[in-house]
This record gives sequence, structure tokens and C-alpha cells, in this order.
Amino acid sequence: MSVATRTERPRNAWLTAATWRNLFRDRPIIPLIGLLLVLVAFIQVVQPGIVGLPWAGVILRASVPLAILAGCQVLTMLTGGIDLSVGAVASMAGFVTATFVNSPGGWPLGIAVALSAAALAGLVTGVGVGVFRVHPLIMTLGMSFVVLGLANVWQLQTVQTGAGVPDELRWLGSGQFLEIVPNSLVVFVPLTVLILLLLRRTGYGRLLYAIGDNPIAARLSGARAWQVLIVLYVISAVLAAIAGLIVSGLSNTASVTLVDSAVLPSVAAAVIGGTSILGGRGGFGGAIVGALILTVLAALLTILGLPEPTRQIVFGSIIVVVAAAYTRVTAES
Amino acid sequence: MSAVTAPVETARADRGGILVSWARRNAWTLGLLGFLVVLLAFTKVIQPRYGPIPVQGLATSVLPLALAAVAQAVVVISGGIDLSIGSMMALTSVIAATAMDGRSAEFGVAVVLGVLLLGLVLGAVNGALVVVTRVPDIVVTLAMSFVWAGCALLVRAAPGGSAVQWLKDLVVGSIGNEWVPRAAVALIVIVAIIWIPLVRSGLGLSIYAIGSNRLAAFRSGVPVGRTKVLAYVLTGLFAALGGLALTASTGIGSPVPGPYTLLSVAAVVLGGVSLAGGRGGVFGPIVAVVVLQLVRTDMTFLNVNTNLAVVAQGVILIGVVMVGSLVQMRRARG
Repeated sequence: MSVATRTERPRNAWLTAATWRNLFRDRPIIPLIGLLLVLVAFIQVVQPGIVGLPWAGVILRASVPLAILAGCQVLTMLTGGIDLSVGAVASMAGFVTATFVNSPGGWPLGIAVALSAAALAGLVTGVGVGVFRVHPLIMTLGMSFVVLGLANVWQLQTVQTGAGVPDELRWLGSGQFLEIVPNSLVVFVPLTVLILLLLRRTGYGRLLYAIGDNPIAARLSGARAWQVLIVLYVISAVLAAIAGLIVSGLSNTASVTLVDSAVLPSVAAAVIGGTSILGGRGGFGGAIVGALILTVLAALLTILGLPEPTRQIVFGSIIVVVAAAYTRVTAES
Repeated sequence: MSAVTAPVETARADRGGILVSWARRNAWTLGLLGFLVVLLAFTKVIQPRYGPIPVQGLATSVLPLALAAVAQAVVVISGGIDLSIGSMMALTSVIAATAMDGRSAEFGVAVVLGVLLLGLVLGAVNGALVVVTRVPDIVVTLAMSFVWAGCALLVRAAPGGSAVQWLKDLVVGSIGNEWVPRAAVALIVIVAIIWIPLVRSGLGLSIYAIGSNRLAAFRSGVPVGRTKVLAYVLTGLFAALGGLALTASTGIGSPVPGPYTLLSVAAVVLGGVSLAGGRGGVFGPIVAVVVLQLVRTDMTFLNVNTNLAVVAQGVILIGVVMVGSLVQMRRARG
């Protein structure tokens, strides 16, 4: 609605470049969905008939964990931080759960232990960032070393008990209702609603934006940044752990480095989704679309028969281009 | 900007106080060096046989990461960060190993020069993209890390190739005294040739200036964009040297980036370079790299689970930075 008020000639406002710029800036999710649809259309052209409900289900299933991890990045990036420990925490969660399958408590105990361990890691990270003012990049990087090392130690401790991904996680991660709708939506949809409500409707969400936008103003207005940050990194770690459980169910493997390769794509998804790494601007909706774009893009490059190296090159180039486009349109505000 | 920093330092450095002020300015590096000496003594105590040969091995294995840390230090001092260092090292390393495979020693010289030139180009691309698009450094270099890693895989899908003998001889073994590892000499020579003239030049001052206060530097007439690109070019050069060191020490080239990007960030911070930019040097990060490696070695000697060594690295990283930030907060309050 701001489109009409900002341009001088509202009648053919949709024609001017300024309108598009405003649209891109105020509602980045709309052009992003456009980009997603273009990619899907391109896939349909390259390989007619492949696009359909089952295909959409597979894409959605692959996007869910990436979208949750991108959510971790969105939340932390809003405050001007970043969470590089999501890979280690997520892998640890999936692995720890798998080691509890044969224990008396079974997989529910495993999930409880995994989530608690993740929350504890997040608590330590939060204390480091919030109280000791360690740069989030360093704090989460150091924490990823700690978590990875401890998970490896745990691996040696439990090597006899035998690890296997519980059937319930496999149902959650890779199962599809009616062969179409991925079961992981059972977890993902409530999580998404919670995160969106958290960011848009709660004071805590506003505090996240405030601290990232102008930390000094936030402090002078009475916001206690350290409390906000501690809670934030606990939330981020628990989200990462949930994503890890889904990934281990999706791939039917439990390894302490399983999710490591998803860390950088999760940052990329958040950035493509319009979240500023400098803090104060962005949202989870864009990150979900960003995760979908990355997944569809990977699928497209596979269909085109491009080898893995070329895929990586295209992948990186697109991130630069999209991020540059954002910077261009938001710089003039 | 020379007018801004110089008077403050000379005012403090009154007669006889030069050494004190030098020590104060380099307190972090000196502290780290002290810690390294203690660690070496500790190593000798727990493993009496720790002698010249392990020291040579330590130097050889540390060299690639040390160069990665120097590369990261340059760009971080300029106020940026480069998450593509590991990928640039992988790319330069595979190109070097592939081009040298089965060729003569003379051809190897040409390859080395070509690879160094390539490093300059890679850095220039990174820097130009950061400056032209105005996208935050971390996002651009993150994306470029995919691009460079993809290029490395295009050159060679699996580890292979070989290095010419003289390149390997540069980093393996000792020279003169058995206690003087060649890798350490190589590192000192590289730093002495590139870094020391740089910090004494106008460009070096500009790099510190734009990292310390971009706006003030701009208003003092520093060409901010050009300096930033040049900082990235230097980072690319050091990354290429790191890639060559990787090829020289392993004898092959691997297209899969090692853990060098994130470890270099860790080493830079441990080495007293502020992530906010404008502060620190390259000697701190180099010492930090050696400390990190030696801690691992010691834990092996002590028969500690090697995975706990990874934990120790993380704890050291977090702990040291926490202490540093506490000291800073205390100082800001007092």
C-alpha cells in the first residue's frame, strides 16, 4: 500500500522503476516468490512433465531442514550476529538421539537428551555473546569446535551400543503423507507459526530488531541486551537440534558431521531471503523462500546435467547477484 | 591519517620509554609468545625426546595455516573478513600440483609465479565485488568460497598431482642448524619481503586507517575503495602462498578446501587482531597458529583423547577472547 503513496503518478505506478524498487524493499518476499516460480518454470521447460505434486513434495521435504537452519541465522542476524554452530549442534542432536535407540529410555529419552544438550550449548554461547561480549562469529565458531569434539568423545563412549536412526525419526524426516506431503511439516508448520508470531507480535521479537538496528538506542530505551541474547542463542541452538533430527531421519544416517555442509547454505538462504547480516532488517518468511530457491536451484542444476563443480560456481554467483540487488534497492531508503 | 596516530605514540614514547611503549602496544603478542614458550617447555617435560625433528614437523604442518592466518589478518585489519581463503588455497593448490605434475624444476618456477599471479587475481575479484556491490564482506566472500571451491573441483575432481622437488625442499627439513626448520625460514622470508615493507608504506597505513575508521579515512583523503581492493589482493596473494605451502608439504593438491577458513579467523582473533578492524598485526596470528597446533601435539603426548583436542581448541578460542574482552571492559570502566 505504500507503493501508491510514494510514487507521484499512482495511475501507472506499476510501470516505474521506483515502484519495483519499493516493492522489492518493502515486500521482498513477492519478487522472491517470482524468482522461485521462474526457476520452477525453467525446470518444467527443460524437462517437461517433471513438475507436479510428488516433485513439489520432494523439494519441500529437502527444504524443511535448510529452512529451519536459515531461521537460526535470521534470528541471530537480526541482532547483528550469526550462528556458525548450527551445523555442529544439529549433527550432534541427530547423532545423540541415534545412540539412545537401544537404551532403556529409547528414542524419546535420546531426543530429550539431545535437545537439552543443544539448549546447554546455546546457553553457553548466549552467555559468551551477551555477557562477555564475544563476537558472535568467534563465539559460535568456538562452540562448534567444542560441540563437535564432545560429540566425537560421546561417539567413542557409545560405540558398542550400536547406533541407528529410530524409525520414528525416519518417518518424520523422509516420510510423505499420500506420497506427497512431507511428514516433517508436522514439526515445521507449528515452528514457522511460532517464529513468525515471535518476530511480529511479541515484545521479544521487537527487541531483536531493536538491538540489531541500533544497540545504543535499544540500551538507552531500557532493553537488557544480554538477557535477550542469551534467550536468542538458546532458541537458535534448539531450532538447529530439531533441524538435525529431521536431517538424520531424511538421510537415515547419524554422524557427528552430517549437517556441517548446510551451515553456509543456511546463511545464504537467510541472506537471499532479505535478512541483513548487519542486523535490524529481515524476516523468517523470506528465509523459507530463500531455502526453497536454493533447493529448486540445486534440482535445476542437477537436471541440466551440470557437474557438481559448476553447480557450486552458479550457486555462489547467484548469492552475490541477489545480495547485490538487495543492497542496491535498499541503499536509497 | 598519519597526523592522527603518530603524535599520540611519540608523546608517550619519551626518552627511554620507547621500549615500554613498544611492549605495551604489543602486549598481546608478547603474552602469546610467553605462553608459547611455556607450552614448549611443558612439551619438553612431558616428552623428553621432543627434539629438532618434531619441531621441523611442527613447522611444516603449521605453515599453510600460518599463511592463511596472515592472509586473514590483512583483510580483517582493513575492516573486512574473507571466508573464501580456504577455497582459494584449495584452488591454487590443485592448480600448482596439476601443472607441476611430471614437469621439470624450471617449469615449476613458472608455475609458482603463475599461481601467485592467480592469487592476486582471485583477491582482486573478491575485493572488487565487495567494493562495487556494497554487499557485506562476509556475504560476498562466503558466496565466492563456493565459486572458488567449484573451480578447484573443475581443475581436478580428486586429490592428486605432484610438486617439484625444490618446492618440497623449501618447507621440509632444516637449514643450517637442525633446530632451524626450513618452513619457519620460508615463513619469515615471506613475511619480511611482503608484510614488513607494506606496514611501513603508505598503503599499509591506509589499510589500517580504513579498518580503524572508514569515514575518517575517507575524509582524510584515503582512497577507501582502492585500498580495500588492494587489501583483498594481498589476502589473495597470501592465500596463494598458503596453497603452494599446502602442495609443498603434502606433495599433492586436494580440491576439497581444508578447515583453513574458519581456523584462520580463530587464529586472527587469538592473535590480537580486532574483528572490528584497524588493530593488530600478523605476528600475533602466526604465534596463535603455532600455539593451537602445539596444544594438539601435547594432548597426543598426554594420551588424551584426540577429540578432546578439538574441544580444547574451542575452549582456548572462547576463553582467550572472553578474557580479552573482560580486560577491555574493565579498562573502559576504570
